[in-house]
Amino acid sequence: MTTIRVEETPHLAYVLRLADSALVLSHRLSEWCGHAPMLEEDLALTNIALDLLGQARLLYEHAATLEGKGRSEDDFAYLRDAPQFRNLLICELPRGDFAFTIVRQTFFSAFFHPFWQLARSSTDRTLAGIAEKAEKEVAYHLRHAGAWLVRLGDGTEESRRRTLEAVDALWPYTGEFFEVDEVGETMIEAGIAPDPASLRPSFEDTLERLFAEADLPRPALTWMQTGGLRGVHTEHLGHMLAVMQHLPRAYPGALW
Amino acid sequence: MAEAKMPLWEVFIRSRTGLAHRHVGSVHAPDAEMALQAARDTYTRRGEGLSIWVVPSAAITASDPADKGPLFEPTASKIYRHPSFYEIPEEVGHM
Repeated sequence: MTTIRVEETPHLAYVLRLADSALVLSHRLSEWCGHAPMLEEDLALTNIALDLLGQARLLYEHAATLEGKGRSEDDFAYLRDAPQFRNLLICELPRGDFAFTIVRQTFFSAFFHPFWQLARSSTDRTLAGIAEKAEKEVAYHLRHAGAWLVRLGDGTEESRRRTLEAVDALWPYTGEFFEVDEVGETMIEAGIAPDPASLRPSFEDTLERLFAEADLPRPALTWMQTGGLRGVHTEHLGHMLAVMQHLPRAYPGALW
Repeated sequence: MAEAKMPLWEVFIRSRTGLAHRHVGSVHAPDAEMALQAARDTYTRRGEGLSIWVVPSAAITASDPADKGPLFEPTASKIYRHPSFYEIPEEVGHM
């Protein structure tokens, strides 16, 4: 089966960005299945992965409707190559250690919780409906990751060292949350997308509170990574997609 | 996993249809807040719960199984404690 080509209108590109971020992060979380430090956390991380997968499915379905070419959610997930993926770079980084996963989930959820809250009043009624569901899910993800961040940051010497390393490694990837290009501008003007600039106070407040409670220094201003929204990815995404996509590409239309 | 850092908690769930919390199992967690989250993720994955209690397992005092004779056998001879012991007069009809 060949790779599909998607003609990206701004609206379609925007929905694919959200869908791809949810799917790629979901896959990274699912890699913990059977490997988490304890059974309870194994279930917690895969629960979060399944929430994000559910969001991705609804968003791909919406993308298929917007595109109007009779494609399915699976076509978008399995039949595009890395340069066609529009996810945030922070989502595709390898899962790392437990601290890395927790810090990433904290950053991601601290942005996406207020994001989905605002997206509930999107003029795109399908997106608003998805936001209604996603907002509740991400509220829990933030609570879970935040609670661990506090315990790891203010825990043992080793957990604190690992958490600080994860914060240093991941902070440069948080700039992409707030990036607005032409697609973003068009969507904000149409009332479809929340303006990320308006989400910054909420994002900062959440991190301020959690970092204070975890007794961690706030990450310093730094150069920010960019590229995911344009399909310029790290070397990790291709490897991840090879694992994720190989089965439906080797056996097109395979069913359970 | 050091037991001191990840103690055991007993989990009680009140279901949609139930009035009382019922014991469903246990989780490991560093403290009460995380125990609640672990209980949510472990025991309410299929829409079972409306409310969760977690209790440190160490806080539970249990009866000794070896005591089952003195504790439970004396009730066996007190059959008058069961409603079925009593005959209901005809005139009462269905209760």
